[in-house]
Amino acid sequence: MSSPIVKLMAQRIALGILLLLAVSVLIFAGTQILPGDVAQAILGQSATPESLANLREQLGLNQPAYIRYFHWLGGVLTGDLGTAMSSGQDIATSIKDRLWNTLFLAFWAAIVAIPLAITLGLIAVRYRNGWIDKLISGLALASTSFPEFFIGYLLVFYFAVQHQWFPAISTVYEGMPPGERIQAIALPAAALTLVVLAHMMRMTRAAILNVMQSAYVETAELKGLSAFAVIRKHAFPNAIAPIINVVMLNLAYLVVGVVVVEVIFVYPGMGQYLVDHVTKRDVPVVQAVGLIFAAVYISLNIIADIAAIVANPRLRHPK
Amino acid sequence: MSNELDYLSRRVAAGKLSRRDFLGRAAALGISAPFANSLLSSAARAAGPVKGGTLKAGLVGGESTNSLDPALMMTQVPFAFGKCWGEMIVELSPDGKLENRIAEEIGASDDAKTWTLKIRDGIEFHNGKTVTAEDVAATLERHSDEKSKSGALGYMKGIDTIKASGKEVVLTLKEPNADLPYLLSDYHLIVQPNGGKDKPDAGISAGPYKVKVNEPGVRHVGERFANYWQGDKMGHADQVEVVVINDATARTAALQGGQVNMINRVEPKIVDLIKRVPGVTIRNHSGPGHYVFIMHCNTAPFDNNDLRMALKLAINREEMLNKVLRGYGSLGNDFPINASYPLFTEIEQRKYDPDKAKFHYKKSGHDGSILLRTSDVAFPGAVDAAQLYQQSAAKAGIKLEIKREPGDGYWNEVWNKQPFCASYWGGRSTQDQMYSTAYLSSADWNDTRFKRPDFDKMVLAARAELDEAKRKQMYHDMAVMVRDEGGLILPMFNQFIDATGAKVAGWVDDPHQELCNGYALAKCWLEA
Repeated sequence: MSSPIVKLMAQRIALGILLLLAVSVLIFAGTQILPGDVAQAILGQSATPESLANLREQLGLNQPAYIRYFHWLGGVLTGDLGTAMSSGQDIATSIKDRLWNTLFLAFWAAIVAIPLAITLGLIAVRYRNGWIDKLISGLALASTSFPEFFIGYLLVFYFAVQHQWFPAISTVYEGMPPGERIQAIALPAAALTLVVLAHMMRMTRAAILNVMQSAYVETAELKGLSAFAVIRKHAFPNAIAPIINVVMLNLAYLVVGVVVVEVIFVYPGMGQYLVDHVTKRDVPVVQAVGLIFAAVYISLNIIADIAAIVANPRLRHPK
Repeated sequence: MSNELDYLSRRVAAGKLSRRDFLGRAAALGISAPFANSLLSSAARAAGPVKGGTLKAGLVGGESTNSLDPALMMTQVPFAFGKCWGEMIVELSPDGKLENRIAEEIGASDDAKTWTLKIRDGIEFHNGKTVTAEDVAATLERHSDEKSKSGALGYMKGIDTIKASGKEVVLTLKEPNADLPYLLSDYHLIVQPNGGKDKPDAGISAGPYKVKVNEPGVRHVGERFANYWQGDKMGHADQVEVVVINDATARTAALQGGQVNMINRVEPKIVDLIKRVPGVTIRNHSGPGHYVFIMHCNTAPFDNNDLRMALKLAINREEMLNKVLRGYGSLGNDFPINASYPLFTEIEQRKYDPDKAKFHYKKSGHDGSILLRTSDVAFPGAVDAAQLYQQSAAKAGIKLEIKREPGDGYWNEVWNKQPFCASYWGGRSTQDQMYSTAYLSSADWNDTRFKRPDFDKMVLAARAELDEAKRKQMYHDMAVMVRDEGGLILPMFNQFIDATGAKVAGWVDDPHQELCNGYALAKCWLEA
């Protein structure tokens, strides 16, 4: 049984790499058509023609685009993301801390959100169409329908301003004691949890309900198994593929979609870093961050695919 | 009664009475809370600064693209943190006079063309090296180099030669300039070892704090510099920290939650709400900053002075001040100078006059609508202000068409390019600096395209004039000219609105810039 799985996995990974390469071209092309250029953005309101010309030359903006693309790609493959044009700092070094911060926040949000979402989904199925199901769905939908900034501000207002249990801003830094760090990210992690919870919960519920229509579930019920046992033993394992899919999608969102939450809580992650550099037209940084985000998406999707294949033997044998 | 309060305020300063009890006592005596607070802060100042603790500021205006290179400082965070670690040649004191720092004495030749700076003895850089005349000269050289990217290049270009000899730096200027010492107080001109020519972003100078953490766009931490040359005046907290909080709501929440001790740029619309929070003090005061609508004097239809006059008369300044700034500002009069400048003179206030506006509009012969571009970034409330303008102009029969431009790219694509748009100026420390930056024919930032050889002559003459009364008259005439013939519509000067939390003492209102001209962290302390 191993060979088809290995072959499929190799195929997926190769496809992923190709996709990433295509994305890199798109990112590079996209950053070229932004209006204005980095020199003008750096100097802003204080730009004079002479200082503009000086800075353009210094930054190598006079070379043609394709040369700059291959130069950049070569650097990325050797682990060199270049230096930020606006501040002259090494991008890889700046991104390392930021990426770690974002992953740290995503990790804690995921640790809370995923088990909670799946459990709530299972409970909702067990009591489907009853008041518990309606309550869970209603609350989850409400938390998703509010914009992130609104949830964030509500949390800040209640837990930071009114009660001062958690800090209103989540500045974390190197060498911060772990306890303090977790306290600092409690509110943004809670906001993110509330944002992704409903999607995962609803998908879990829908996927299991879908399986519940099958004949073998009916058989299990007729055998006299309890409702929970039917769900746990017979329905859930067969619904795992779509659940993993939606979990991965939300994991990716926790990494690349947290810009608003990071800004509200002043969290030094990738989102804020990207926003700052987009407004400065700092092309190398935008490219690097874009590529990392794309890599996160693609690899999480590959993992979801592979997990689905492993979980469902039928997918290993295409018709 | 006031004796009792004096006594009580000293007890608070000495830590023998709680602030809350004091305010309660003051209220019982019929004293308003702001006055009682001001009594407290003067008592705290009199009791002397308290050393120790960490003073934190949550500020808007920081990005991950910021650098410690003083030449590249543009926004509020590098500005405020620069004042913590940097030492200046000369600085403006809160009362508008010059305060010598690294320069012990500044002397000028009679024609104001040659200037001699005498360098103070015994000031030490953070790396242990003593500040010399060569370092000061190298700093000025770096910022006056034609190839420099320095924000101070505009004024520094006027310097012809810089020579250091012994304890003196001698500057010769291309044109006479009586205001040179004021120019040297520009916040970019932080003195660095060898002028920062070797490593401009090393963050080494001779200020009260040493750079300990520099994470652009996130936070900056300074540690007290033990050998700071005037440690009794500044550097009271053991450590200062700037946390970058660009989101206004998050900034206020951080102050209310006690994560920071002070914030900048409180939005006028929420000031009244913040005032109710216990322990929080609003620190608002006027300065030279102003919000404007600018017309290009050389582009049709704005090349017609009657049309410009019609537009100036068609704006309702009082209404705009009350609705956009909620009164936290003062009326503008279509020239960029107000009472915060040392040589300011009053000129009759221009008022909203639809009939007169109609008259000038007819006389200009222009017909049809006029396009005004605005954006959220032009100044806070710029879109609302443009809409108010549209309504007041409509009453004078002038049709304004408002176009809301995206904030991203506004300064590249719209400001200083399009003929009529909203903008702001932070102001400058002298009238010469303000006029030279934006109203001389040759100025790069002449955003009203005001090109008048007679005006240029007046600027140069005033610059060379050392007699103060004569200079005042010259600046008066220049202001009248800009007001009546220029392309500037200046409805209002804005105030700086900062806020501090409980326990912050030592705040000094300073008309030059927000946060005590950037020195709030260095000058304030935490009451025990």
